[in-house]
Amino acid sequence: MSLLRMENISKDFGGVLALQMVNFDIEPGEIHALCGENGAGKSTLMKILSGVYPQGSFNGRIVIEGAPKHFSSIRDSERSGIAIIHQELSLIPEQSIGENIFLGREPQFAGFIQWSKLFSDAQKLLKVVGLNANVRRPVKELGVGQQQLVEIAKALSQNPRILVLDEPTSALTKEEIANLLRLLKRLKSEGMSSILISHKLDEVLEVADRVTVLRDGSTIATHDRHGLTETQIISEMVGREVSTLFPESSRQPGQVVFEVENLNVADAQKRSGYLLKDISFKVRAGEILGIGGLMGSGRSELLQALFGGLRLPVQCETKLMGVKTKIHSPSQAWTQGVAFVPEDRKRQGLVLDDSVSRNMTISGLELFSKFGFLKSLAMASHAKDMTKKLKVKTSSVEAPVKSLSGGNQQKVVLAKCLTTKPKILFLDEPTRGIDVGAKQEIYTLITDLASQGMAVVLVSSELPELMGLADRILVLNEGRITGELERSMATPEKIMTLATQSVFGGVDVRNYGF
Amino acid sequence: MLETMAFKQGALQRPSPFKLALRTYTMVLALAAIWLTFAIMTDGAFLQPRNLSNLLRQMSVTGILSVGMVLIIVAGHIDLSVGSVVCFLGAVLAVAGSEFGLSPMNSILVTLLAGITIGTFQGWLLSYQRIPAFIVTLGGMMVFRGASMMITKNSTVPLEANWIQSLGTAYVSAQTGWTICILALIVVLALMANARRQAKQFGLETESFGAFLVSALALTGLVVGFMRVLASYEGIPVPVLLMLSLMIIFYVISQRTTWGRRIYAIGGNSDAAFLSGINIRGVTMSIYMVMGFLTALAGVVLTARVGSASPDAGQLLELDAIASCVIGGTSLMGGKGSIPGALLGALVMESLNNGMSLANMEPYWQFVVKGVVLVVAVWADMWSQSRR
Repeated sequence: MSLLRMENISKDFGGVLALQMVNFDIEPGEIHALCGENGAGKSTLMKILSGVYPQGSFNGRIVIEGAPKHFSSIRDSERSGIAIIHQELSLIPEQSIGENIFLGREPQFAGFIQWSKLFSDAQKLLKVVGLNANVRRPVKELGVGQQQLVEIAKALSQNPRILVLDEPTSALTKEEIANLLRLLKRLKSEGMSSILISHKLDEVLEVADRVTVLRDGSTIATHDRHGLTETQIISEMVGREVSTLFPESSRQPGQVVFEVENLNVADAQKRSGYLLKDISFKVRAGEILGIGGLMGSGRSELLQALFGGLRLPVQCETKLMGVKTKIHSPSQAWTQGVAFVPEDRKRQGLVLDDSVSRNMTISGLELFSKFGFLKSLAMASHAKDMTKKLKVKTSSVEAPVKSLSGGNQQKVVLAKCLTTKPKILFLDEPTRGIDVGAKQEIYTLITDLASQGMAVVLVSSELPELMGLADRILVLNEGRITGELERSMATPEKIMTLATQSVFGGVDVRNYGF
Repeated sequence: MLETMAFKQGALQRPSPFKLALRTYTMVLALAAIWLTFAIMTDGAFLQPRNLSNLLRQMSVTGILSVGMVLIIVAGHIDLSVGSVVCFLGAVLAVAGSEFGLSPMNSILVTLLAGITIGTFQGWLLSYQRIPAFIVTLGGMMVFRGASMMITKNSTVPLEANWIQSLGTAYVSAQTGWTICILALIVVLALMANARRQAKQFGLETESFGAFLVSALALTGLVVGFMRVLASYEGIPVPVLLMLSLMIIFYVISQRTTWGRRIYAIGGNSDAAFLSGINIRGVTMSIYMVMGFLTALAGVVLTARVGSASPDAGQLLELDAIASCVIGGTSLMGGKGSIPGALLGALVMESLNNGMSLANMEPYWQFVVKGVVLVVAVWADMWSQSRR
């Protein structure tokens, strides 16, 4: 009999189906991996299992050892022997290791915490997970890998039968990962069942007994590890054709528009001591320069540093149209003809409550004003032109931008950039979280802009996007350029190798939708 | 089964104990500097036992309030209403006797109950109804100022002559004071020794015996010094004894009980606290309930000391309490702060008040200097943190 069965689980968020008739089960003493792209529904499924989404907010059954269970809170799920380790570390930095392990379940007598018992129990748990640290020291003194072990100790303190690990290795070093995987195997040999969510397929294949693939909220397949390959998992995770998304274009790059030499940003909080190191490149008119790398490699920070938006001192020499220039702030960047589409449009790109026309003109208000007074008619007519040109679907240019869909919001951000008629355009994840149709339109627009002579720097975590749009690709890892690839030479494997070179052991497909 | 694969000990960075205690040293040094300056400016009058006794009595209302304010700020909230509520509850105390003829004991009970009710209600609004604490208590600040004017009919209501006044003005004789202090000291030292013994029993690392001895001796010195100064005047002022008892009680609660530690967890990382199964709303509401209780005590002490309730009493008390917490190392971001620290902060603030008026400086200087000290204290803290 299975230890746990999740049967026909369906869940929707306000009409959007996140899970559709998903089935999942786990045997005693088994490690079962759950794979899928971002948004495939893995975390939602685990939130249902852990009681974050209570009974009644989803359809389907949770059965443990043959008995149906109704979880109405996290506590209920814990009592049934399920302990979850969340993707974001959920420890309290200022409190001690011991206190964090027993948070909410402190051994107590009449409301008073029995500190000696708590600390000695905590120490035993640390021994089990193999962490040698003083349980009375605050958690903030530990490194990320050690904090992850504290999280596992915290989960083990509940004497669980099923351990759920959501991306446990995403922030760990190679050595720490090896330690963690060994720990998982040891716990398994002692009879513990684990559910492992991971994008690192080599790790998955190393420890898992079975692998279940989710895609778009449905179970695609459950495989035995034997004979399973990374390629097979990836193709099941992606399962769609992407090659027709990108427009054909033949461009001849012109003169050098933008030149960076020896860009360095120090950061004392990083292990290496820097955020970006020795970065130099040139972009020509009509050229799209792609920048690839894993999350945390410094890609976004590079754009921000060049745009004057990074809150750390930046050392570099930049030339715009062959003239030496210094960009200390975003406002200087805009006036010198540099435009920027930031990573998070809702937080950094738009004033959500403001209208489409106000958002489109906010970066170049002096173009629409006389003696400091705004010419609202000129603004509206400009916004109308832009709406037509970029095919923004909106009821009117006076509608609040938050009423638009994600793809149309992103077009408004692009319109904002084009309003200032920039010479160079920085794009950070220009198609994140928008549907395929809008993606295609934005790809066409970017290609058109380049054909008209604009220089474009594109940061993207989607490999097809980089390879489909960019003429050249620079790959970053840990704040350094680890390689440059011509479009014709670029393959996913080459980019991945450069992106993970000398740092991570395995290939991390977390941000790459192959 | 426990094959260990221990991480290297060296990877664990340990700040030296000196660094951890640095903040406390800085505070004590700053206080010493302030006292020395005033001692020179007033030809020693500032350090007379009579003046120090007065100073402590003056800080007792702010001190009692900052005990509760620390808990609220640590949980990541704020309470702007305490000044007005102190005034309102003082008025309740006076009116209960003069208009409704309640006995002194019953008047105090009614006042405490009113305080707890007000606190609980504000706490319910901000935790269960999710109105930001700033708004709820800003509203409370206005409402209870108005309510005070209403029940005092906008005039001063004298406190009926009875033993309540002694809560603000009387002294515990030197002999009793010594007894209390020595008993308290023995209990605390015994607890410290016991904690150390237990830790050893469970095989945990403990501080060295030398370090233990130093902290025990420092504590003894502090208590004896405190009592010698007060004994050479009239004894311990009653409100000061109340304030110190509350400090000790709530310090123990904040460090040793599940309730206390949950407050720090909520302020430190509310998502983690929630995922660990902590009832965030319930705990938050209960903190405000406790604040209401402490506000009522502060109201009783203030009214008893002045001998009457007036509709403009307690103005800006909330800001004094918040400033004391912040000077004492409480972070407005939540998760960090200590009750003894806040009391030290209150002592710094009151020393400035007292010293400047003793030195015959114009009253406006008090505001300017207090404001500067507040900002400098936080700046020094940020500066020392960024250098780490």
